[in-house]
Amino acid sequence: MLSATSILPLTVEAAAFSGDGKLLVEPNSFTIPAGGLTVLLGPNGAGKSLTLRLCHGLLTPSRGAVRWAAGAEGRAKRHAMVFQKPIMLRRSVEANITHALAAAGANSAERKARAAQALQRFGLAERASQPARLLSGGEQQRLAIARAWALRPELLFLDEPTSQLDPAATRQIEELLSGLVAEGITVMMSTHDLGQARRLADRVLFLHRGRLVEDAPAKDFFAGPHSAEARAFLAGELLW
Amino acid sequence: MDVGAIFQAAFALVVGLDPGFLGIVFLSLRVTLTAVLIAALIGLPLGAALALARFPGRAAIIVCLNALMGLPPVVAGLAVFLLLSRSGPLGPLGLLFTPTAMIIAQVILVLPIVIALTRQVIEDLWGEYRDHLRSVGLEGLRAIPTLLFDGRFALATALLAGFGRASAEVGAVLIVGGNIAGYTRTMTTAITLETSKGDLPLALGLGLVLLSLTLAINAIAFGASRIGARYAG
Amino acid sequence: MIALPRRSVLAAGLFLGLTGVALAQAPAAPSGERFITVASTTSTQDSGLFNHILPLFKAKTGIEVRVISQGTGQALDTARRGDADVVFVHARAQELKFVEEGFSTERRPVMYNDFVLIGPKADPAGVAGTKDIVAALKTIQEKAAPFVSRGDKSGTHAAELNLWKVAGIDIAAQKGPWYREIGQGMGAALNTSGAMGAYVLSDRATWISFKNRGDLVISVEGDKRLFNQYGVMSVNPAKHPHVKVNDGKLFADWLTSPEGQKAIADYKIDGQQLFFPNAGQAGA
Repeated sequence: MLSATSILPLTVEAAAFSGDGKLLVEPNSFTIPAGGLTVLLGPNGAGKSLTLRLCHGLLTPSRGAVRWAAGAEGRAKRHAMVFQKPIMLRRSVEANITHALAAAGANSAERKARAAQALQRFGLAERASQPARLLSGGEQQRLAIARAWALRPELLFLDEPTSQLDPAATRQIEELLSGLVAEGITVMMSTHDLGQARRLADRVLFLHRGRLVEDAPAKDFFAGPHSAEARAFLAGELLW
Repeated sequence: MDVGAIFQAAFALVVGLDPGFLGIVFLSLRVTLTAVLIAALIGLPLGAALALARFPGRAAIIVCLNALMGLPPVVAGLAVFLLLSRSGPLGPLGLLFTPTAMIIAQVILVLPIVIALTRQVIEDLWGEYRDHLRSVGLEGLRAIPTLLFDGRFALATALLAGFGRASAEVGAVLIVGGNIAGYTRTMTTAITLETSKGDLPLALGLGLVLLSLTLAINAIAFGASRIGARYAG
Repeated sequence: MIALPRRSVLAAGLFLGLTGVALAQAPAAPSGERFITVASTTSTQDSGLFNHILPLFKAKTGIEVRVISQGTGQALDTARRGDADVVFVHARAQELKFVEEGFSTERRPVMYNDFVLIGPKADPAGVAGTKDIVAALKTIQEKAAPFVSRGDKSGTHAAELNLWKVAGIDIAAQKGPWYREIGQGMGAALNTSGAMGAYVLSDRATWISFKNRGDLVISVEGDKRLFNQYGVMSVNPAKHPHVKVNDGKLFADWLTSPEGQKAIADYKIDGQQLFFPNAGQAGA
């Protein structure tokens, strides 16, 4: 998937975000290099979702900057995002994918081919002509991921992708995500589910009240967090 | 006058297939549907743009549109009349007392409804779709085609509301059309005429036919949108 | 570039296409057709006279006559604005004024009928059977019996106002709640009178063809002062260059020709003649 001129690494330089006069995300800095799965971990309201939106460009930082690798400017967007509650267009499963591809500028033949490929890859081929909004919650999230995948992103953002799913569907999505990482797609996702972070993360960014408290390889983070907040969180003492 | 006479009059109109009567029905549908079509072509994109754009005076425009939904047809008719009269600014076009004039007047009646309801529908839909559409790079005006297409069933209802207003009104078409027999006489102006002739059963019979037509069109649209909505979820 | 979903483009195209076909097949008057616009009164329309005579005129000349039926005052205003080619109304004084203002070069008498005073069968004012319209109106005013006035500047309204004047009553000053101005056409005025049990002045033609009489009957008729003359005028192209002066003249000529006069005389409802041609009559 990685082309010669990658958009990665993504560099977040003291990017802060405030709304309604309150500082919601503090000026955090971190870098996302190519490869692996980074988990944004933290309790509700820690600023995980806002941080993902800042990275994806849905929000503009009030201070600081979000930068892609040199030469990424002005080229087609090579990162995509999947949301907590799947946003399904009122169209068929296939049309949900071809619509995103059309928005990205793919021509008609290309849209068809890439949609078919995505449906095949994510086990939705039989559902192609069904209305997307009649799929089950797990299938909808699968379609959302397939739709993002069809855009051929180098970096995929996911915001709490399983928080509304039952355990079986959650399991399925987690397997899909591992598959994407194995395929070479860099993944950055948020979760407040410790078990999920343990199962998936290569690296953990721990956020608390808008501040990036810890940035460590997953192994080290779970073995021995440095901060009191992270220790409390791992101990199950939920912090606000 | 008994109820039987009304139904008898309505029945005779429909079964008799009198060419004059059919002409009236056809003209009514032609004028109203054309007006709704034109209002849709203008109002759907405009309503969607109004839903997405943020500019000073937007709130004032929305309030005005909501108020215009209640514009008395006679006022719209009078305005078009003064515009199209030979002594008015558009007089040289010679459009007064033609079906075209009636279409213009009805577009003015229907357009605020279409714009205002479209704005509401598209604003709600944008609230739901915003994250995804912005994520795939569809922002601002570029999001409009997607939103209009995905709002199609709710928007069909907006167009039906416009159709209802246009097909039921008599004030505007009477003034600008002149109720000319065989040329600008519609169902509603014919009802007015028959009432003034004192032929109340025929007037009510015509009303019954108009009601049935409106009912049929609504039923078809409702059914189509239900089937479509089931398909699109 | 955002491509619209193909299906929506197809659907929109189909819709437009079908509408286009429907409009193209519209039979109503292609623009190449020869027609004139005539501003006339509610009485000529509501009585059905035009339905009888216009097909005869069209058969002879090929000219379609599009009739806008309004009160006489409104019809004259329509012509003043240039929105009609011919006016065919019944209020002699207003017609002469129209000519005086230069909107027409000539007023020609066409036909007459008469006004009748319509009232409830119960006859609350006790005027039924008299031939003296002026005395009847005086009684109605004295007893404050309900009276419906057109109030719409029509020929009938003008005639009514004139009759009050002849009766020595300043109706503008002396009207009470019994005098109800409805601002509508003849038929509407008859409907209202029927519902309110009121007296009303009507032209005889509309009355004969009126179908919702209920309890209404003729209270007063036959007074010379109830005479109702119709005249025709074609609009002066010096005022409105676009008017169809030739075809308009053809119509006025035909109405006053022996053929047109016979067509008018031939129009009957239940054997009753509604209008009496008198084109040749001097001073009419």
